Amino acid sequence: MQSSVSIKDLSLNFGAVQVLKGLDLEVGQGEFIVLLGPSGCGKSTLLNCIAGLLEVSGGQIFIGGKNVTWSEPKDRGIGMVFQSYALYPQMSVERNLSFGLRVAGMPRDEIERRVARAAEILQIQPLLQRKPANLSGGQRQRVAIGRALVRDVDVFLFDEPLSNLDAKLRSDLRVEIKRLHQRLKNTMIYVTHDQIEALTLADRIAIMRGGEIQQLADPHTIYNKPVNLYVAGFIGSPSMNFLQGTLNGATQPMFVAEDGTQVPVSTYAFEAAPQGSSKAVLGVRPEHIVLGDVARTMPFSTEVEIEIVEPMGSDTLAWTRIAGQPVTFRADSDVLLHVGQKVLVGFDPARGSIFDAQSTNRL
Amino acid sequence: MTDIQHAGALGRPVTADRPPGLLHNLFVRNLSAKVAATPMVVIVLVVFIGCTLWSLWFSFTDSRSLPNGAFVGWEQYERLFSARRWRISATNLLTYGIFSLVFTMVVGFLLAVLMDQKIRFESGFRTIFLYPFALSGIVTGLVWQWIMNPTLGLQSTMRGLGWTNFTFDWITNTDMVLYALLIAGTWHGTGFVMVLMLAGLRGVDEEIWKAARVDGIPTWRTYLQIVLPMMRGVIVTTLVIVGSGLVRTYDLVVALTNGGPGLSSEVPAKYVINYMFNAGNLGQALAASSVMLAAVFVILIPWIVVEFGPKKAR
Amino acid sequence: MASIAATIEPFGPRPRPFFTPTRIIIYGIIIVAALYYMLPLYVMITTSLKGLPEIRVGNIFAPPLEVTFEPWVKAWTSACTGLTCNGLAPGFWNSVKITLPSTIVSVFVAAVSGYALVNWRFKGSEFFFTCLLLGSFIPYQVMLYPMVMITAQLKIFGTLWAVILVHTVFGMPILTLLFRNYFASLPQELFKAARVDGAGFWRIFFQIMAPMSLPIFAVAIILQVTGIWNDFLFGVVFAGTQNYPMTVQLNNIVNSAQGVREYNVNMAATILTAAVPLIVYFVSGKWFVRGIAAGAVKG
Repeated sequence: MQSSVSIKDLSLNFGAVQVLKGLDLEVGQGEFIVLLGPSGCGKSTLLNCIAGLLEVSGGQIFIGGKNVTWSEPKDRGIGMVFQSYALYPQMSVERNLSFGLRVAGMPRDEIERRVARAAEILQIQPLLQRKPANLSGGQRQRVAIGRALVRDVDVFLFDEPLSNLDAKLRSDLRVEIKRLHQRLKNTMIYVTHDQIEALTLADRIAIMRGGEIQQLADPHTIYNKPVNLYVAGFIGSPSMNFLQGTLNGATQPMFVAEDGTQVPVSTYAFEAAPQGSSKAVLGVRPEHIVLGDVARTMPFSTEVEIEIVEPMGSDTLAWTRIAGQPVTFRADSDVLLHVGQKVLVGFDPARGSIFDAQSTNRL
Repeated sequence: MTDIQHAGALGRPVTADRPPGLLHNLFVRNLSAKVAATPMVVIVLVVFIGCTLWSLWFSFTDSRSLPNGAFVGWEQYERLFSARRWRISATNLLTYGIFSLVFTMVVGFLLAVLMDQKIRFESGFRTIFLYPFALSGIVTGLVWQWIMNPTLGLQSTMRGLGWTNFTFDWITNTDMVLYALLIAGTWHGTGFVMVLMLAGLRGVDEEIWKAARVDGIPTWRTYLQIVLPMMRGVIVTTLVIVGSGLVRTYDLVVALTNGGPGLSSEVPAKYVINYMFNAGNLGQALAASSVMLAAVFVILIPWIVVEFGPKKAR
Repeated sequence: MASIAATIEPFGPRPRPFFTPTRIIIYGIIIVAALYYMLPLYVMITTSLKGLPEIRVGNIFAPPLEVTFEPWVKAWTSACTGLTCNGLAPGFWNSVKITLPSTIVSVFVAAVSGYALVNWRFKGSEFFFTCLLLGSFIPYQVMLYPMVMITAQLKIFGTLWAVILVHTVFGMPILTLLFRNYFASLPQELFKAARVDGAGFWRIFFQIMAPMSLPIFAVAIILQVTGIWNDFLFGVVFAGTQNYPMTVQLNNIVNSAQGVREYNVNMAATILTAAVPLIVYFVSGKWFVRGIAAGAVKG
């Protein structure tokens, strides 16, 4: 795949603080990349560097094969959509869309053509003469996208575009952005702290922490094969269960929890066959823990007592303990659970993740 | 809106089974709060409403040194507008006010924009531009009176440096004295406008600036076509505050020129004080003050339109 | 420059000359403007340190050749303010006697009013507040004479009490606005919690609201101290000749002097009068700015 945006050894310092630490990122043509992480992880900073709104301290940025490290934002071939929409409040929607083009001195019929096309794609034709103040949040965000659209560029940058919207609108616009991407097929780099947005939209997700990319992979891999404890704990809600213990490497590798409970992990696909014995963490997602008769067929099963039940509607979340450590699991909402009930639960470590306790990396 | 509802809910005693009576409502509920708010209510009713109405009423009488004259209709106003001294005062204020308003607003905005360019020592420069505002009109007037002193001030300094024809005698020149007033007045007030404008500039969403950069809009056009229109509220507020302050111009004139030379720098506020306490012509003074009040309300109209008019772009 | 940029692959921060023409123009304008703004202060100080013969040479920008503090001593102790020649000292103490109580009373009354407006709204409270704000725009000349009559009725006209009352009244709008906005920005839950705990109006004010509001009290006090110290009109009308504040005495020294005009003494007197607000301003800096910005922008 040809590279659309390419970031090489990018670093950014604010005084003595290193905000971005030697980042490398290759974004393919037409790819949808989501930068995901908690606030302060550097994801918005990285996006601003790509846009040219922040000057980098080191490294290079290529867009469409051109080195744009020193270029002005307008010359980088990007369009950008902001969290606060950043529409020019005193101008009509039509002028908001066309202002940049007018300033650039583009011929009028070309401007009209582009505005009409953007309005058609985003279905905002009836709004063209309105002022931003008379638009709803969702409409404003469409106009903001339109402003990027009329620039006729290959790369779209989104800086938390849905964070100011309520939950219902957010999921509607999420689908629309996906549809837009499928139609336009241009490169999109999207910053968010919302993992649902990341998982639903992205071709690949870059999980960031402390100015570094922890893992860059497709959503399925990120979810099922997190590279370290941080990624494992960050993705998924409710989050992954972690059991502390020791991993004994042998022909039949065995995970021994702190209270001595033994979990056979021979079905697990180790990156490298474990040697000797070392401290480890076994992670299991709540929905991978099964209940009742099925549990008996799993490599590991045990009887537990239910401590708290949280009915979520579509399913039920139960809190209990395995090997003395708190664990949640998901059950079908038809299964009636109650506090104090003793149930048999089990899981297959093949669907779980094992991390080295020291390095926190996946084993 | 929600605030009012919430306060109302708090104010109502929850324990009351039957609706409290009118008397109870008037006096007992939130008694402490009413006691606390009494000064405000009294000041509004007695001073801001009462005294103003009183003055308006007696401006229609022929009161001399005491408010006991007979009702004479518009006579005081007719006399006022035929008085040479008042006409000079009013024209002076109009000229000075318009120049001063335009000048302080433009210079204040430009200074604010310059200060907004991430310059070094910003707070130091801001301190310098604003300190005149901490000084009284009297002090400002006296300092500039000294600097503009034709025999020993700037004029003689420049002549001493070799420009023997240099003339700067505005303060004693009937035609130019208003511009001397303008120099002192804008020196005093520009920093204030700058601070308000700077606060307005800083209040503009940072992402607007980013969007404008991505759109490739030059900085000056962003200021002029995007940021300035967004600051409409701040600008109107500043205009109203500066404008209503200008109508009151008094101390500065008293200290700088005391209305001279002749009547050439008289202002309405001085006219009122003069007739009220020195010339003993209360009816005339109150008529003049009522005209000042009317002028202030004309200035207030744009503010009222912005604040209470149809809510649009916010 | 362009040829270098073309041959070197862009890497890291964009190289920039230390001074671009734009930066030079920006700093140039700002520095020139700053010099202009500093000029009167400079002239005031240098003139006050010169002897009269040096002043007659006629270069107001020249620094003093021989520094003398005599004008300061004279301005403080023996300059003539009309009929008496006791200098500015009595005026200074009058201003202190006016400013201190006026500031305390007006800030307290306004703080309580602002608090009542936010947390204990009663019927019509918003109406009165709007009237108060509009009232702040009424020229003082309109209300001056009736206020004279009111203070005369209260038998305080021509005393310090009259000035204090007038400053409290005319300080109300801006201060109440300041406190109202500040109290409205505090979390309402705090007030509700205190009410649920059974605290009453005054207890909530003194034990919860006031301690949390020290910054805004500071802003209000700064505004009032400078404003009242700088007042001329109310002092001249209400205080009575015995109690003329410093600004009035200063104007008398400079503008009604007989005989030889002592410009150095005048400037020394001017600095002395300006000293208090200037010190307050330079020491408080940011708070002063906050006060005028908060009072105006959010209004």
